[in-house]
Amino acid sequence: MASDGHICERRRAAERRLRVISGHLHQRDQDGHVAVSAQECKAEAPGDNPAKAATAAMPKRQEIMKWNGWGYGDSRFLFNKKGQAEFTGKYRLSGLIIPSLKDWMENTFGANLQHKAPATDCHNDVVKIVELACQHNVCLIPYGGTSVSSALECPPEETRSIVSLDTSQMNRILWIDEKNLTVHVEAGIIGQELESQLNESGYCTGHEPDSMEFSSLGGWVATRASGMKKNIYGNIEDLVVHIKMVTPRGVIEKSCQGPRMSTGPDIHHFIMGSETLGVVTEVTMKIRPVPEYQKYGSIVFPNFQQGVACLREVAKQRCAPASIRLMDNEQFQFLKPQVSSIFTSFLDGLKKFYITKFKGFDPHHLCVATLLFEGDREKVLQHEKQVYDIAAKFGLAAGEDNGQRGYMLTFVIAYLRVLDLCRNVKERIVRECKERGVQFPPLSTCVTQTYDAGACVYFYFAFNYRGLGDPIHVYEQVEHAAREEILANGGSLSHHHGGKLRKEWMKEAVSSVGLGMIKSVKEYVDPHNIFGNRNLL
Amino acid sequence: QLNLCDKRDDFEDILEERRNSSDLRYALRCYTPALYKGLVPCKASMLKNIVLQSDSLQYVISQVSAECGESQEAVQEEASLLLEEMAHRLQLGTIRFFAFTLSKAFKVLFRSVCVNEEGIQRLQQAIQEHPVVLLPSHRSYMDFLMMSYILYTYDLALPVIAAGMDFMSMKFVGEMLRMSGAFFIRRSFGGDKLYWAVFSEYVKTMLRNGYAPIEFFLEGTRSRTGKSLTPKTGLLNIVMEPFFKGEVFDVNLVPVSISYERILEEALYARELLGVPKPKESTSGLLKARRILSEDYGSMHVYFGQPVSVRSLAQGHINRSQYNLVPRHIPQKPAADTQSFVNDTAYRLVRLQEESMVLKPWVLVAMLLLQNPDGMDLSTLTEQADWLRRLALTFGAFLDWPDREPCSKVISSSLVLHKNLVCVSGGRVRLVVDEPSGAELSTNEMAFNQAVSVLSCASYRNQILHLFVRPALLAVALQTANSNRRDEVYNCFNFLWNVFSNEFILCPGAAVQDFEEACFLLGKCGAIQELQQDIVTCQSGQTTLAFLCSVLDPFLQGYQVILYINIYHHKRACAHTHKHCFVFLTYAGSLKCYEALSSDMQKNALAALMRLKTVRKVKYDVTFAFSKTHRGLVSHLVMYCRFSRPFIFC
Repeated sequence: MASDGHICERRRAAERRLRVISGHLHQRDQDGHVAVSAQECKAEAPGDNPAKAATAAMPKRQEIMKWNGWGYGDSRFLFNKKGQAEFTGKYRLSGLIIPSLKDWMENTFGANLQHKAPATDCHNDVVKIVELACQHNVCLIPYGGTSVSSALECPPEETRSIVSLDTSQMNRILWIDEKNLTVHVEAGIIGQELESQLNESGYCTGHEPDSMEFSSLGGWVATRASGMKKNIYGNIEDLVVHIKMVTPRGVIEKSCQGPRMSTGPDIHHFIMGSETLGVVTEVTMKIRPVPEYQKYGSIVFPNFQQGVACLREVAKQRCAPASIRLMDNEQFQFLKPQVSSIFTSFLDGLKKFYITKFKGFDPHHLCVATLLFEGDREKVLQHEKQVYDIAAKFGLAAGEDNGQRGYMLTFVIAYLRVLDLCRNVKERIVRECKERGVQFPPLSTCVTQTYDAGACVYFYFAFNYRGLGDPIHVYEQVEHAAREEILANGGSLSHHHGGKLRKEWMKEAVSSVGLGMIKSVKEYVDPHNIFGNRNLL
Repeated sequence: QLNLCDKRDDFEDILEERRNSSDLRYALRCYTPALYKGLVPCKASMLKNIVLQSDSLQYVISQVSAECGESQEAVQEEASLLLEEMAHRLQLGTIRFFAFTLSKAFKVLFRSVCVNEEGIQRLQQAIQEHPVVLLPSHRSYMDFLMMSYILYTYDLALPVIAAGMDFMSMKFVGEMLRMSGAFFIRRSFGGDKLYWAVFSEYVKTMLRNGYAPIEFFLEGTRSRTGKSLTPKTGLLNIVMEPFFKGEVFDVNLVPVSISYERILEEALYARELLGVPKPKESTSGLLKARRILSEDYGSMHVYFGQPVSVRSLAQGHINRSQYNLVPRHIPQKPAADTQSFVNDTAYRLVRLQEESMVLKPWVLVAMLLLQNPDGMDLSTLTEQADWLRRLALTFGAFLDWPDREPCSKVISSSLVLHKNLVCVSGGRVRLVVDEPSGAELSTNEMAFNQAVSVLSCASYRNQILHLFVRPALLAVALQTANSNRRDEVYNCFNFLWNVFSNEFILCPGAAVQDFEEACFLLGKCGAIQELQQDIVTCQSGQTTLAFLCSVLDPFLQGYQVILYINIYHHKRACAHTHKHCFVFLTYAGSLKCYEALSSDMQKNALAALMRLKTVRKVKYDVTFAFSKTHRGLVSHLVMYCRFSRPFIFC
């Protein structure tokens, strides 16, 4: 926590800086240089006007959505308990500064005071904005659609002005190349929109992260997103053919749209998951014809171990369907009503099935894998058979009638690290909750996805906070402990998303040399930390 | 750090019930212990299959077969035989048999067997939550029989016990022990990769599956001296590994302190220490030893300590993710940080054992008698024992001193119990020395007999040394340091601490903590005052300090004698052990420094010298690397010794 003297000093410095900036901006204004137009958005300016400062001028999406990208509201919530000092360091001065701030905001961006995000229309606008930001040393935080893992939270130590760069208006499909099966899109487009627009032409990207309704293409690229159907279509790194990104150093892009280059390390990999280097403006990605046939399915296992063993086998034979997810027993029991539409039809079937034929499965141990097959009809059916054949060794294909087989409970199962990891992390969560006084047992479950060389595990974690003074803090502590446990058990820091939550473990996760590499890239590309969200580093 | 004044649990005598009800019914009663929640049920025979099929053993088997050119099957067969030789065959029937016979035996041998019930409850809880490892102290063969007996009595899961191969040679008994849960390991198998793999996988499989609590002795062997031995870390490392590798959520280590008022092997130990070979374990030997049944061995105490969670110990010390880079079935040498963590843990556990060891009044008497080799008046002895009792209590001793009885009665009853070691004649108490009448004894034979009685007595005194050793090191340091300055006192302390760290349980690298602990304790009993820079002795604390110095005397003198003899006679003597002994007997006998004859002290002293690089090992011989350091060490040691003996070096 900063001392009072420190705050004063910081405040003075910030005042000074703001005066300089506003001076500059006024000058520019006189020259008649209006760089970009900005539209209003829903963020509130705390301190000055805590009341709803929202006048929504942007298209519908922002109106329905909770403003999650801008972290000020959040950070006040987080910090007010600990003492206003850190937090209000930036805001107390607002009373003093606001007049001039208001002036330059209004004159330069054509917006009134309350937090405005310059909404951009095209690549060139972004280039201009970034140039301006560099010129005036303003911190830029691009905003696509969501803020996961605190990625868009404003760093409390940031003393410069922060401009949130909303890319949501850059949402056009620029072209579709049906010969090469690629599409060129502005990076602000939201997943769902992209998919439905492509569908009109008979194509899809096949990239379906859970946040598809909210997250943007640029965000996927910047955070190395993963999709539910990655088994067929791949994760974002497999889908992307070409990226255009605006950095403080200039625009980075490859010279061709070719599928592969061997000129040194792939520069796309500097961009994907970088989070702090610039704004992704345009992306070319692979597309596929919309699949002719889709089929859902499910498999019931006597216990989680068998489920994991089956998924391992499926991955080994490389016959994973478009989506295969394993829910453990807790999730199966607790999340029944919330489980998405894939599962509902199956659940009814299963109930009957379960009661009539398979009383042998202990309802407190059984777990379920859900499947989604995609492709042309013939191949889907073939594929389905292959998967169910494997499944029969470990559990029951719940959609079929050949269930008489019972289940084999081989004692010596393949000793996968996954099992240990799931058990240990769950136990750690339960234990940490208990230690922190959570009165009701927490819910912690997991679902796994398969890769050739491993699996992806999701933990869902929720607890009843009744009786807790500071539940958010407890939540963070437990999450922190769980993350530590995952790392200790051989899990990676993140399957997708980086954000700020993982910062603490970066060095451990990628070694100090690795961290140094990332840092030096950042230093070259953005020496003044214009993209100052301070994620990862 | 260890809390010296923890509140200790109360004891309950488990023999009481045995004396009042049928042993047979007890042996046949319903036995339904609470089990580990994650238990994978399996039989002893199935266990072997799991071990043989395990990835890690298969890996080593193919490695060994590639190295020595034998076929995979042959190596597999060999592994299977090793496992056969090792594995236990725990059977409830045998346990019931032991429950019956041991009840009979214990009732004859002991007045009472006291167990802390709260410890039992904690253990029961721990067994259900995580795999448990029981770590009893080891003073007698009785230890592991007693452990299983107690666990059976309290309806707890029976342990599987790592036992030395020696028992295997006892025909019938070996098999009986095997069926009561003992598994046998060779004493040394240094380079044998296959043996190590079989052994460690066997132990780990039992741990992971929660098959049963695993019991082994950290000290590796019975301590013949009554002092705790430097812990061995091999097995501890094995049982911790499943946690490091994330195969179990946690492992509970439960230190158990077993203390005897009179040790069954008392006289044997002293002779063994003097080089008379230990009688080979044999069934006939056991039958012969039944005469011990006619004697009174007083009471014994078993204290089940607080379960220690490996997870919480490792927090911040072990980076578990290092285990993620290599497939788990490939054996890996533990990294340096793991090694030192395991080592620290081992020391910490042994200290926990020491702290909860119940001490009898006799231990104090033995201490005083050894400090007065010419005997003491009974009244003086009583008086001093009472003084010593209070000092020991200040230091946090776990004394079993009958509160209501007058001191003189307590002393005389413990003298009676140990009448084979001490005698009272004409109001004077002295050690009994075996002097067969008629036969003329040579000086050396007399010295030998003297040594037997001194070492027997010392094995009781040694039980309380863990309490005094740190303050005693400080007391000697205070006396020898050139000034009262804290850092100078510390330097002296540190030197002694270093020299004796093979002799006592002094955790490696903890000299500073030990120093502070010693300062705290001496301050507490009013012997010293800590000023900013200085440590000042108080007038009123002179008796305490003098006493503490004499606690260390036998060791200082012993080390000197050992050093002296090794330096001046190594060329002639070392190659011939007999001659060596002879030289020892003559010197030590003439100096009345009998404890230097103890092979344990000699071993420790040599290890210390080797560690301090004063000597080095040359093949089978010990040769001294003559250097300035050792000269320095010798004169240094002399300096610390208060009673300069006649053999001061030129």
